[in-house]
Amino acid sequence: MSNQLPAIVLLLTLLAAPLCSMMRNGDHAWKLAVSSAWLSVVAAFALLQQVWGGYEISYHMGGWPPPWGIEVRIDELSALVLVLVTLFGSIVLSALRESLRPIMRSHRHSLYYTTFLLCMASLIGITITGDAFNVFVFLEISSLSTYALIARGRDRRALTASFRYLIMGTIGATFILIAIGFIYMVTGTLNMADLAERLPAHADNRVVQASFAFFTIGIALKVAVFPLHYWLPNSYTYAPKATTAFLAATATKVSLYVMIRFVFDVYGIEFSFQQMQLGLLLVPLSIAGFLIASLTAVFQNDVKRLLAWSSVAQLSYMVLGLGLLNIDGLTASITHMFNHAMIKAGLFLALAAMIYRVESSKLSDLAGIGRTMPYTTAAFVILGLGLIGVPLTAGFVSKWYLISAALEKDWLWLAVLLIASSLMAVVYIGKIIDAAYFKPVSASHAQVKEVPPIILIPCWTFALLTIYFGIDTRLSAGLAGRVAQTLLGVGS
Amino acid sequence: MFTGLFNYWVVIIIMMSGLYVVMSSSNLIKKIIGLNIFQTAVFILFISMGKISGGTAPILAEGITAYSNPLPHVLILTAIVVGVATTALGLAIAVRVHEAYGSVDEIEIAAIDAADFDQETPAKPAEDTTS
Amino acid sequence: MLVATVFVIIRLEKLMSAVMMMGFFSLLSSCIFMVLDAVDVAFTEAAVGAGVSTIFFLAAIAIVGRTSRPVKPNKMIVPLITCLGTGAILIYASFDMPRFGINDAPIHQHVAPRYLNDSAGEVGPPNVVTSVLASYRGYDTFGEVGVVFTAFIGVFLLLGAGTRKSGKERPAPPNVGEGSMRQKVVLREVSDLVIAPVLIFALYVQWHGDFGPGGGFQAGVIFASGIILYALIYGIVPAQKVMPPRKLAYFPAIGLLLYAGVGVVSMFKGGNFLNYSVLAHDPLHGQHYGILIIELGVGITVAAVMINIFFSFSERSL
Repeated sequence: MSNQLPAIVLLLTLLAAPLCSMMRNGDHAWKLAVSSAWLSVVAAFALLQQVWGGYEISYHMGGWPPPWGIEVRIDELSALVLVLVTLFGSIVLSALRESLRPIMRSHRHSLYYTTFLLCMASLIGITITGDAFNVFVFLEISSLSTYALIARGRDRRALTASFRYLIMGTIGATFILIAIGFIYMVTGTLNMADLAERLPAHADNRVVQASFAFFTIGIALKVAVFPLHYWLPNSYTYAPKATTAFLAATATKVSLYVMIRFVFDVYGIEFSFQQMQLGLLLVPLSIAGFLIASLTAVFQNDVKRLLAWSSVAQLSYMVLGLGLLNIDGLTASITHMFNHAMIKAGLFLALAAMIYRVESSKLSDLAGIGRTMPYTTAAFVILGLGLIGVPLTAGFVSKWYLISAALEKDWLWLAVLLIASSLMAVVYIGKIIDAAYFKPVSASHAQVKEVPPIILIPCWTFALLTIYFGIDTRLSAGLAGRVAQTLLGVGS
Repeated sequence: MFTGLFNYWVVIIIMMSGLYVVMSSSNLIKKIIGLNIFQTAVFILFISMGKISGGTAPILAEGITAYSNPLPHVLILTAIVVGVATTALGLAIAVRVHEAYGSVDEIEIAAIDAADFDQETPAKPAEDTTS
Repeated sequence: MLVATVFVIIRLEKLMSAVMMMGFFSLLSSCIFMVLDAVDVAFTEAAVGAGVSTIFFLAAIAIVGRTSRPVKPNKMIVPLITCLGTGAILIYASFDMPRFGINDAPIHQHVAPRYLNDSAGEVGPPNVVTSVLASYRGYDTFGEVGVVFTAFIGVFLLLGAGTRKSGKERPAPPNVGEGSMRQKVVLREVSDLVIAPVLIFALYVQWHGDFGPGGGFQAGVIFASGIILYALIYGIVPAQKVMPPRKLAYFPAIGLLLYAGVGVVSMFKGGNFLNYSVLAHDPLHGQHYGILIIELGVGITVAAVMINIFFSFSERSL
């Protein structure tokens, strides 16, 4: 059974989705969705255990050996992303039922869970596949389900946000398709490992160079690399509450994973960074990205939008770590991918809990919420500290690696800029804490009560995980360090 | 010398025209039309590379030795399906936009949103008209 | 000619005609696919691009209105520069592309020969596209069914199921033109003649995909077109009597589960996911059954999704 795990981890959620859609009763659908999601977490951890220590699993779909058939390939990096997607997705899904209740009639719920499961399944599919075209197929499932999820937001601007995302996302995906077509054109294969072997011989071919350009633009749209982030703030702001937590945690992270896979494994470091000088492009853009996005976040009055802008900034950190091209930088990138997914999912979920009671995410409406909803707010504060990067939280670990990566390059100015950006994070998180604890409760919100445990427990799970991964970094930074060494091809 | 490339160039022109429609048009429906053209051009690009002069369709038969490459065909079959799926969903969102705003023109919608913002009125929720 | 059509589309302000031209564009490109030996793709493009997606567009336009604004000159510059830049990269790349039609291009050397030489012995069907689609890359096709299913769920979530409880007679959807089609005797007669063969043809395409061009996907689209044609001529209500939306809504899931079911059964029989060879004692038979069933799954999902989406749109336009 254990050798079938790569297929099982995907099928659990992918099969639960159509079953869910056939259920009229939203509650039953939720139970099915949650149980299948948690089972996939178990499968993901089992896979992580199998590859722990630098092993690889290759699973041949349909029994055809690659490059003729489609290969599923799992190494430590993909197993980590797998855990990220399944674990954080499942926690959010557990809280989803309560938070959906006010915004949707109950018999629509099963469809919503179906979409959620499809999105999760497709992200799993992207993570485990070893075939370039297969990435495109699953990327489209995830995109389509994301558009649908966002468009269900309560505000009508959710519709325009979703439409804009659809246009941008489809252009991005088609660019990736062109890129895949081009590398196929020169190598005659679609298997990623096979591509990696064959591409270096064609490094001077203009088709490969163009392919790289198209891929970079396409995936940068999906990762929301500055300045291609325009779809993100609106999409996150207007998506239905708990959904934002899921999207912020997983969708962009998986795209970043695809980026790492292609840039380091398929195209190869030498081609990406020496010939195409990707670093020269990514580093300035990401520096501009985190500075501008952090600054924008400081001036937001809507907490949801504030957190969305902060996401743009944090994504820039990850891209920066990737662009710095040293072990610490890459470790920071991968660790932060994991840590930020956890922290941001928790923040958005805690915020969703507040919106659940207060029905607004405006800073002024959240005044005094620390007194009316003490437990939720406490979780929010812990997570907020994690976002800033306070020691003993997970955020500190990844910031630490990032700054040491900058120092390793003797770029003191970069370290200073990073600290400056963290200070801006202090300002915008501080703004929220100030409103929550030190402003008087407005009369209309005096009766606000704490949320039911089914939402509160997931929030606290994220908060406690943030502290746990701030202390025990074997799973996050330890693994990321090994992965970084493998990707950069040094030591082992 | 360039005759072998003519095909690609035509595809590129179509592709860019499609992309231009997507980016320049303010009408949401027309944007989706543009996307369709853009994608179809990419399909033609894929299929072009699978062609062998003098080859036939990849259906095995006696006495034929040269077949065109079947793999791009398979990929594009999949991509066409993906395309129509995106189109359907995009149109569905456009229809909902029309119900919520009374317009499918980006400029008009932006104006309506700006007006909402100026008056500090709470934005109207998109009504759940689904039954 | 393609280029000319595209330029016309750019200039057109009337969405209706733009959509019509797009259908024409699709038809032209399917001819090109035919010339380039991609019969299966041509088939699909004709059925999808010129058929189903044009109908979706028309249905949507019926709801949102028909005209678009001309683009203001100052909004033209940025897109124009971006397009020219992207186009320049592509032209730059094109110089290193293998010349069109030569038979020693890399893609013909590496992976493809095995499909062409061995698929008859390993998988069976003479149509190599079917073998690759359903067996070698069956997992991709599984994902593709997933995409269709996702689109269905998305449209469903956004527009509703296309079922309204009031059972009263309603006029035909406006997207069939100004006058009610039901009064047009000629159209009715013709359609009576056409619809039954279309449905039968769909079934033929479904089962014949092994040998000639065709397969589950094309069959599904053609079947859906038959039903949609019926709905356009006779109105939605009779069409929904034939295909009750409530029941229809289950079918996309059934098709997907059928497909996955084959894969799961092959896992229980000791093979990998979607390894059809283990389904029967003789691997070739196993492949044959496997492909047959998954193509059926694809057909069911695609047909049901297309009809469902059409119903959802037309319910909205009333």
